[in-house]
Amino acid sequence: MGTLVSRVTGLRRRNKVEKEPIGIYVFLTLTGAVMALPLYLMVIQSIKPIEELFLWPPRFYVMRPTLENYTDLVLAASRTWVPFTRYVFNSIFVTSVSVVLYVIICCMAAYPLAKMRRMPFAASIFNACLAALMFAPQVTVIPRYLTVAGLGMIDTYAALIVPGLGGSFGVFFMKQFLEQYPDALLEAARMDGANEWQIFTNVVIPLTRPAWATLIIWHAQTVWRDTWAPMVFTTTEAMKTLPLAMQTMFSGELVVARQGAAAAATFLESAPLIILFIISQRRIISTMAHAGIK
Amino acid sequence: MAQANPAMQKSLGYRPSLSQRLNEYWYLMKRYKAGYLFLAPFLILFIVFTVGPVITAIYLSFTYFNVLQPAEWIGLTNYRLLFLEDDIFLKSLHVTIVFAILTGPVGFLLSFTMAWLINQVKVRLLYVVAFYAPSLSGIGMASIMRIFFANDRYGYLNNFLIRWGILDEPFPWLADIDTMLGVVIAVQLWMSMGPGFLSFLAGLQQIDESLYEAAKVDGIRNRMQELWYITLPLVRPQLVFGAVMAIVNAFSMFDISVGLVGFPSPQYAAHSIMAHLYDYAFLRFEMGYASAISVVMFIMMFALSSMFRRMLSSRGEL
Repeated sequence: MGTLVSRVTGLRRRNKVEKEPIGIYVFLTLTGAVMALPLYLMVIQSIKPIEELFLWPPRFYVMRPTLENYTDLVLAASRTWVPFTRYVFNSIFVTSVSVVLYVIICCMAAYPLAKMRRMPFAASIFNACLAALMFAPQVTVIPRYLTVAGLGMIDTYAALIVPGLGGSFGVFFMKQFLEQYPDALLEAARMDGANEWQIFTNVVIPLTRPAWATLIIWHAQTVWRDTWAPMVFTTTEAMKTLPLAMQTMFSGELVVARQGAAAAATFLESAPLIILFIISQRRIISTMAHAGIK
Repeated sequence: MAQANPAMQKSLGYRPSLSQRLNEYWYLMKRYKAGYLFLAPFLILFIVFTVGPVITAIYLSFTYFNVLQPAEWIGLTNYRLLFLEDDIFLKSLHVTIVFAILTGPVGFLLSFTMAWLINQVKVRLLYVVAFYAPSLSGIGMASIMRIFFANDRYGYLNNFLIRWGILDEPFPWLADIDTMLGVVIAVQLWMSMGPGFLSFLAGLQQIDESLYEAAKVDGIRNRMQELWYITLPLVRPQLVFGAVMAIVNAFSMFDISVGLVGFPSPQYAAHSIMAHLYDYAFLRFEMGYASAISVVMFIMMFALSSMFRRMLSSRGEL
């Protein structure tokens, strides 16, 4: 009877889940709705025309969706001498360059830490990485400021990109990820006479590829959302990144006057990250469990 | 020749002398030269921007330094002032600890519970995004939250409560000293399901199905037992990671409190240690004092993280 049902419906009962966990689905949906509520509100607020923004009682839906908040945002911001698009460009540029450099540097650093265990200080370096994860980078912000100022990097893109590259999550993660692959892969390449650089580019890099998504998303999120670094390291308006610019534009009394524009700005600030995440979430969640040659 | 070969040295019956061991190190370092080259970019950046600053911060914390004049050594004065005379610091300590206790463990449990629940069902994408996306919120969400929790009757929360008769008039959630921190905590919890949550998901996903089947044979009956005896021990590394992330996030909270209730918050009700640091570093430019604050923060976070790591980690892993 069981096999007949299976053949007809094409469904196979998994051993772990005896019956559909309806209760769990319900709970998850309710909780998920609560979690998503503010995000939904943000989207709604950003497309409400001005007449609907201040209705009482406040509405959870839009009657006449419009994009005027977005245009308003671009116009309002361009009343100052820096066009809004400049902030967007800054953020995109800084984030992209950071991410590319980050992946390269992390893969390079993780290779010896993961595979060259007899190298002196390998363990200590990794432990230092781990220790660096255990406190917030803001603790180091004052000396970093002094360093960056001393190097003459204040108010440059370099100041927004370079210090972030010294973060240790990427190396820590990539090292653990690489360790899952057996050494045999590298030994085979060595026996074929490859030198270290060739091994790196032809064997290690392809192996690390699944984990790139995680590194990219992690660093992109960290850099894009960072308000400390631009706040501390930039002095001119033109060098600010999007989140920081919005923080200064929309704190205080302006919030009431420009609620719609604030919501539109928030959407612009978060949407890229969320979209990036949706695209790569499967990769991200699976890389932690990737297996090598079996 | 014999000295240069480490393998041969192991088979010697005696402990090699210092110079012999240095030779071995030197030999190994030369052999792994390429490894150091690979490490170089990261290592340089790491030392310049992470290790160096920590050491510098510790040094600066014993000085008086206002950036305009060279740093002046004053010994433990900063720390003495911090703990004995700075009421606002003590208040911020209190705020941060309350905040950390309420958001750390609660956030951690929340992340794990949701990850576990999501792992039990098959349709996951929507839930994962719904739970993770809040953690991506930047400072802008604070303004949305402000509308939500607004003090007047326009706020969604007040409106909701009034409509359902729980309140008679709007309650100033964001202005009342007692509830202010509560709101910040609630928002932080909302945002707390970040990388820790993802790592739990990943760790849970990778557990071999056959272990559960074997456990069933051995007599495990329900999901709870399955969770306690099989699942949790297997995700220990992810648990440690999640705990460390939770601790770091809890102690470095600053942006959302500023976005929600302003800086400084009325009567410093939501003044975290990080806010205090910002105050002294970038408003008053007392770098020495601010460094002392940052050292205190560093010690607290590091000690807690290490403690959790020791408690939770399984031998031989991580």
